[in-house]
Amino acid sequence: MIPSTIEPLLSVSDLAKSYGANEILKGVNFSIKAGEVKAILGASGSGKSTMLRLIALLERADRGEIVLAGRRLGVDDRRGKETAASERQLAYQRRDVGMVFQQFNLFPHMDALHNVALALTVVQNVRRREALEAAAEMLNRVGLGNRSHKYPRELSGGQQQRVAIARALVLNPSVLLFDEPTSALDVELVGEVLKVMESLAAEGMTMIVVTHEIGFAKRVADEVLMFDRGSIIEQADPETFFGSPAHERTRSFLSHVR
Amino acid sequence: MNFDFSIFWNALTSLNYVNGAVLAILLAVLAMALGIVLGFLIALARISGKRWLVTLSSVYVGVFRGLPTLLILLLAWNAAPQLIPALRSDAYSPFVAALISLTLVQAAYMAEIIRSALLSVDAGQPLAARALGLTPVQTMIRVVIPQAIRIAIPPTGSELINTIKYTSLASVISLRELLTTAQSGVSTTFRYAEFYAAAAIYYLAIVTIVTVVQAQLERKLLWTSKDVPSAPRPEPGTVTLDLKGTKA
Repeated sequence: MIPSTIEPLLSVSDLAKSYGANEILKGVNFSIKAGEVKAILGASGSGKSTMLRLIALLERADRGEIVLAGRRLGVDDRRGKETAASERQLAYQRRDVGMVFQQFNLFPHMDALHNVALALTVVQNVRRREALEAAAEMLNRVGLGNRSHKYPRELSGGQQQRVAIARALVLNPSVLLFDEPTSALDVELVGEVLKVMESLAAEGMTMIVVTHEIGFAKRVADEVLMFDRGSIIEQADPETFFGSPAHERTRSFLSHVR
Repeated sequence: MNFDFSIFWNALTSLNYVNGAVLAILLAVLAMALGIVLGFLIALARISGKRWLVTLSSVYVGVFRGLPTLLILLLAWNAAPQLIPALRSDAYSPFVAALISLTLVQAAYMAEIIRSALLSVDAGQPLAARALGLTPVQTMIRVVIPQAIRIAIPPTGSELINTIKYTSLASVISLRELLTTAQSGVSTTFRYAEFYAAAAIYYLAIVTIVTVVQAQLERKLLWTSKDVPSAPRPEPGTVTLDLKGTKA
């Protein structure tokens, strides 16, 4: 196992974001060590998805810092002083952060294999043949080796989400973000996706998971964070968090989810 | 009924008509191809969010959709050389004038089709592409445009058919396309029905071919695996996991 004394892999400090007059994220701080899994709970609109999008560099923060493996993301510090990174630089920095979306967002015009292989060839300049081999192997790992030539519309929601996980995983990101990965799935398909995620966690993948799956958070997370109105109001190991939540808001939230 | 089939048949099979049809197809296809390129740039300008680009492109679309195509042809052929002496040369043929006119008009229509096709691609698509590290240009080329093409094909097919019919307007600037060919047959024999009918057959044949090609293109872009045309939904559950990659 990775010793717990090492530097955090990813840390976020005073991260804030507003849409117009609406402050969605009010200066959030937290960090995650390599190999850790953090589960994030909270009502919709509490800022948890926004935080993931900021970390994935899909939107620009109003203030605050995101530091991944000692490097500040979202800024260009090549000329000695820090300025906002260009879209091209952001694209480059996004290589280290994988993202899995609630709606899967697979590319409908490509089969599963090419969905997974696309960024390998286009972003990482891997040769086409090797990229397809790596993609096939990754589909095997999520249990979809026999579905690699199916198009997204021919796959179930659970299968689509597993392809989406393979698509993020094949780029070998140092941290993987999940934005409510099972919320758009029929109940009977949730299990197969959670199973894949649990296996990833067991293999030591660093993951931040926004979820309503309490069971998953209990079994897999090293720490559970409670978001409420743009702030983290509670942060504890699963046993403490679910056993004796300190905050009244957490207690009422949990009573509604369970 | 006074319809002389031998005149009709001679016209239909004459080299003049074949040449006229080839010229019409060439003009329409070239005007559409150039119109799509120009229209794509105008569409990008319209959705760029930059104020002056939006204004400029909106004015372009307004002008070239607003003016009658016949007027644009006359402006290009008669008025432009009056204003620009360089256009009085022989190189500025009726074909070139017609090509420029139809391209400018089709660019305006295609800009609207392409703009709405680009906007109708789900916002999650470019988001996912960016999350994978694709640059804005790569996102456009690999993810957004292929999906927009599928949406744009049916209205583009209609526009191509319209363009083929618009080429007949170029008869007013003495381009020897199909209608001019028919007119010259009429003017020497006064057999209206036979010569016009022959032209009608050509137009219908061309448009039928376009329709068939369009249908095949649409079938190609169904985005399903070829062995399963009906695409049954897979059974949920029954998943074997091999996360350690031992079987691979």
